[in-house]
Amino acid sequence: MSRRRVRPTDDPAVVRWVLTALALGVFGVLVGLPVAVVVAGALRHGVEAYLRAITDPLTVDALQLTLLVVAVAVPVNIVFGVAAAWALAKFDFPGRAALITLIDLPFAVSPVISGLVFVLLFGGRSLIGPWLIAHGWHIVFAPAGIILATVFVTFPFVARELLPALEAAGRTNEEAALVCGATGWQTFWRVTLPNARGALLAGVALATARAAGEFGAVSVVSGHIRGRTNTLPLHIEILYNEYDFSGALAVATLLVALALVTLAIRWAVDAHAARDAA
Amino acid sequence: MRVARFTRTLLTTAILPLGAALLGACAKTGTPSATGGAVEILNVSYDPTRELYEAYDSLFAGHWKAKTGQTVTVHQSHGGSSKQARAVIDGLEADVATLGLAYDIDAIAAAGLTDTAWATKFPNHSTPYTSTIVFLVRAGNPKGIHDWPDLVRPGITVITPNPKTSGGARWAYLAAWGNALGRNRGDSAAARAFITQLYAHVPTLDPGARGATTTFVERGIGDVLLAWENEALLATHKLGPDKFAIVIPSTSIRAEPPVAVVDRIVDRRGTRAVAEEYLRYLYSPEAQEVAARNYYRPTDSAVAAQYAAQFPHVALFTIDSVFHGWHAAQTTHFADGGIFDQIYQPKAAPQPAVVAGTSP
Repeated sequence: MSRRRVRPTDDPAVVRWVLTALALGVFGVLVGLPVAVVVAGALRHGVEAYLRAITDPLTVDALQLTLLVVAVAVPVNIVFGVAAAWALAKFDFPGRAALITLIDLPFAVSPVISGLVFVLLFGGRSLIGPWLIAHGWHIVFAPAGIILATVFVTFPFVARELLPALEAAGRTNEEAALVCGATGWQTFWRVTLPNARGALLAGVALATARAAGEFGAVSVVSGHIRGRTNTLPLHIEILYNEYDFSGALAVATLLVALALVTLAIRWAVDAHAARDAA
Repeated sequence: MRVARFTRTLLTTAILPLGAALLGACAKTGTPSATGGAVEILNVSYDPTRELYEAYDSLFAGHWKAKTGQTVTVHQSHGGSSKQARAVIDGLEADVATLGLAYDIDAIAAAGLTDTAWATKFPNHSTPYTSTIVFLVRAGNPKGIHDWPDLVRPGITVITPNPKTSGGARWAYLAAWGNALGRNRGDSAAARAFITQLYAHVPTLDPGARGATTTFVERGIGDVLLAWENEALLATHKLGPDKFAIVIPSTSIRAEPPVAVVDRIVDRRGTRAVAEEYLRYLYSPEAQEVAARNYYRPTDSAVAAQYAAQFPHVALFTIDSVFHGWHAAQTTHFADGGIFDQIYQPKAAPQPAVVAGTSP
């Protein structure tokens, strides 16, 4: 019988090193290498060509549209996601299970179908499409359609991240708050949300990344009008198809940068909140 | 409670831009068409014309400014020809459609968006430039491919897109069929046998012309690419003449990518004058030169003579002379259950083919 205390960290060094190396290796091959290839390819024709590619007016238009889509889709998802997760976690009501399944629907259907639904709903051959178009309301093949499709495909992220956190927190805190005389809003702002802060941030980060990078659904509703309905991912495909491979990769670095900024903001907000709470 | 205040700040800062952004999105969709000194039109085109219209749009902007004093901005949308026609039918606001084949503009007309007699509105059946189908092979032509029969020799791999979705692929299929008819004194059974053999040499069907070019050029798959002549010339000039060579077959098809004004949309947007001039000016000597420089065969005889060296002589047959027009060709060959569906068997190919909608 060994007298050594056995803790998980006392695993043999070999095991620890192998596991660490494996994790880093997989990360390197799946994330590090592709990013390196993108950056190297983008800079293949020099920094000047890179700057020209990312300051091209069509690239700037695509970036603006992508930021607009994120600026609308993410707040909409925060509102609906928080409302849905709160209702599902804190209340029992008929159809609750059905609603949970419905929230996952955008994950279950192919993004191309998600886009096509909006074309069939608002397109020139649909029931209401011709009326909308005649009155100057352009939805498909216009930014509004791109935003709608993006909201649809990113919808589950916030709700799905929040739901387990709110369920884990249980209802006792809220019940205590109500007994102490807090109003519904006070309970929501001061008890419910603070408990789920981390999950909310994770959901927002995921929704942001997907909204900026969505290709399939957006491709169907976009119409691919350069300078008007081209988002960054669509613009990358166009450049690639025009044999401008380094230009395509240069624009891809903008998407990578957008993802890194999202992560950095999440990290900073998290750190700030942790310091505040301490 | 500081955490609560923090969370509230986070949420309100996230939600505040919502209203503003929504307003912005709506404002952006209601693009004015003809207001004062500026006008915008949308040209919905097929895949390989990107470079052509990029050059032509700036030429036309100068012409329209000189003529009317108005600044015109031409927006471009590109994609597979049939997919683009579909988008116009679904509500993409194209003032003009410049597509890969007449059948796709017929589809727009059938949906009631433009006059069914669109082909009579401009010269040459509303076709300002033409092209044909040629072979792109690896540098030095290592497999010795010179004409259509070489494509079905053992060990040759042929790259061509899916005729169900790509205009260029349909022209390539019809070029092969027409050549086989010519070699066999009009025997359509022999032509069918040749086409069956040919597609047994095709490992994968890309959905569009650009995708097929990328498969051949970038991924290095295949010995020969059946390509639009303009696409083959562009690929060799852009990606290095030392890597590829163009082979001109003994006969091929005269590919006619037509243009049309989309009546319903120009009348609603008040852009008929500029849209019609946009297409009419394509026939001017300046525009014909732009077409020739972008490797399309000009229809203007003077410009054609000037660029004769760039376009080798090929014995060309037409869709009307061999196939009795696009409607007959579409019904016989490409409709569901047509000859292409009957002869193409993905299983016979060396690797699984990517085919959309070719169930028998």
